[in-house]
Amino acid sequence: MFEKEPLKAPNMFGTKNKRTLIDGVNKAGIEEMLRTTPARIAVGRTGTRPKTKAILQFQLDHAAAIDAVSGEVDVSYLEEFDLFSVDTCFETKEEYLKRPDKGRKLTDEAVKTIKARCEYRPQVQIVVSDGLSASAIDTNLENVLPALYDSLKVNNLSAGTPFFVKGGRVACMDHIGEVLQPEVLVLLIGERPGLVSANSMSAYICYRPRFGVQESNRNVISNIHPGGTPAVEAGAHIGTLLKKMIKQKTSGVALAF
Amino acid sequence: MIKKIRLLNDTYLFKDLKEIMAKANEEKSGDQLAGIAACDAKERLAAKHVLADLTLADIRNHPLIPPENDEVSRLIEEQVDERVYEFISNWTVAELREFLLSEMARPPDIERLRLGLTSEMVAAVTKIMTNMDLIQAASKISVETTCNHTIGQKGCLAGRAQPNHPSDHIMGIRASLYEALAYGVGDAVIGINPVIDTAESVKSILTMTKEVIDSWAIPTQNCVLAHVTTQMRAIKDGAPADLIFQSLGGTELANQSFGIDIKLLDEADELIHTEGTAQGPNRWYFETGQGSELSSDAHHLVDQVTLESRCYGLAKRYKPFIVNTVVGFIGPEYLYDSKQVIRAGLEDHFMGKLQGLPMGVDVCYTNHMKADQNDMENLAILLGSAGVNFLIGVPMADDCMLNYQSTSFHDIASVRDILGLRPTPAFEAWLEKNGLMENGKLTKYAGDPSFFHQKTTLQA
Repeated sequence: MFEKEPLKAPNMFGTKNKRTLIDGVNKAGIEEMLRTTPARIAVGRTGTRPKTKAILQFQLDHAAAIDAVSGEVDVSYLEEFDLFSVDTCFETKEEYLKRPDKGRKLTDEAVKTIKARCEYRPQVQIVVSDGLSASAIDTNLENVLPALYDSLKVNNLSAGTPFFVKGGRVACMDHIGEVLQPEVLVLLIGERPGLVSANSMSAYICYRPRFGVQESNRNVISNIHPGGTPAVEAGAHIGTLLKKMIKQKTSGVALAF
Repeated sequence: MIKKIRLLNDTYLFKDLKEIMAKANEEKSGDQLAGIAACDAKERLAAKHVLADLTLADIRNHPLIPPENDEVSRLIEEQVDERVYEFISNWTVAELREFLLSEMARPPDIERLRLGLTSEMVAAVTKIMTNMDLIQAASKISVETTCNHTIGQKGCLAGRAQPNHPSDHIMGIRASLYEALAYGVGDAVIGINPVIDTAESVKSILTMTKEVIDSWAIPTQNCVLAHVTTQMRAIKDGAPADLIFQSLGGTELANQSFGIDIKLLDEADELIHTEGTAQGPNRWYFETGQGSELSSDAHHLVDQVTLESRCYGLAKRYKPFIVNTVVGFIGPEYLYDSKQVIRAGLEDHFMGKLQGLPMGVDVCYTNHMKADQNDMENLAILLGSAGVNFLIGVPMADDCMLNYQSTSFHDIASVRDILGLRPTPAFEAWLEKNGLMENGKLTKYAGDPSFFHQKTTLQA
């Protein structure tokens, strides 16, 4: 169910580790090794501790990850795509992190809003949520959404009214599914940030999401960010998956490829 | 069993042992998520007071998860040595704490004592111990095990080389492994978490690591941390595995969610002893971590410290070579911040050691937890003082496959240096022979992964 997209060779591991910090006995060997992995190798040491630059780079990447978790999505991106915003049941960021159950349920107010503003029983319902990385939305939304809309058109699929969920967890799909009764639902959500990328987005897709749906009934395209699966490619891939789900009337492990 | 206490003008009456055990825990977000934690510090202390005065017999006679419903409970019950238990059954939990911390408790005494303890008793005493209690008591207990080589000697700190790669790229894994070896890390195990859980992929990683071990005559052992059934298929297909790995849960239901039970573990145990490539008697690598039972809804409303202790009760059946609690991987809904992670790391290490297990700790955190690398450095030093058998080594602590941060190769070298600890003797001799270490200190050649790449390139 967890699809790992193959990494692209040219920008395989970004630029972070391209700079060698040590002079090894075999300089060519070090260059060669650095090309094979995004891991922070050949960073050097002073005594038993890392070199200053290596430590500061690490701390910078961690800072970006922390900001991604604690940050807020830039509303101009939401406005650009006409996404109105609704909330899940969490009160504070701390509660959001401690209580995943709160992020799986929309507030009563949110339910009222989407009932009033969204098309009922759409073929495809698109939902965007910050999840664990607001910067994943800021980074990828403007590329993913147009590509997704294009691929819906190519595949002759119609979408309902898209919206944004603040503080969503993956399973908020089920609650939204109960309320709007879509045939399929696509949730574009920020992933738990890593140090290699704090801006990674996942697309979770489910045929007839309703309360009680098993995790294994969802498909996911993960690792959507500039250094991973390109947003444009992801958008196109989602359309193909949706088509298959609607045809086979299922999703997740049961979906035949 | 006395379940009532009057404290600071309030009376507390607890329903049963399960409630006392849960509320006596130090604050953990996982117990709060389960809805079983103490509501405030006073109630927590009331539960600790009540627990301290319970006898070990009280705990044994009131099973938290009845043996008739759970095979882990049955196993823990069967493992009790009745003669030793008889001798200590009327001790209170407070007396057990004081015995463990006293000068009377020498290593042979603790070795005998543990035969009469259940995992629940071990969890109970942990709840009334402070962090330094946990360090002091654990530091007395060394647990030595042997796969190809022996680890766990007093004064040694081993490291697992964890050269993971986001797409299992064999050369990429090898590059990080070279970096580990260049820092003197890899004496516990060369262990890779694979992305692709297939026998073929597992076999190719085992084969590469075995080649590196053989061509450099490294005194260590290899392992790929796929699902046990995948490893079994790979081993039957001729993959060279010194160790076999599995994650454990503290209840039968939790293990079901991992796709395992005792019967399957028994089969794997037999396979690794007949088909494995290691020489020594200890051939398992287990991982655990507080919160996994709740995350699979298999916790029976029992607190996460007790469930973790039960994992160790299960693990000891297989006389493992290494056991590792992955203490902060699970996320903030179980361990919210660095304070909770540090506490859990010390608890798990102590509980495992008291049950005779060769404990290592993956000192780690995810980016949505309230913790940073400084907190991990603190915990690594605390565990080094507590006598932890091994720590995890990841390039600059950043695992680019699992997307979390652990401890680095530098950190393991630093903890050794600061606390006067050494790699395992065979590994240190190997480092000396290759000119990477001298009198327990890294030499000028250390820290350069191309040291190993060079020879491989020349050979190729």
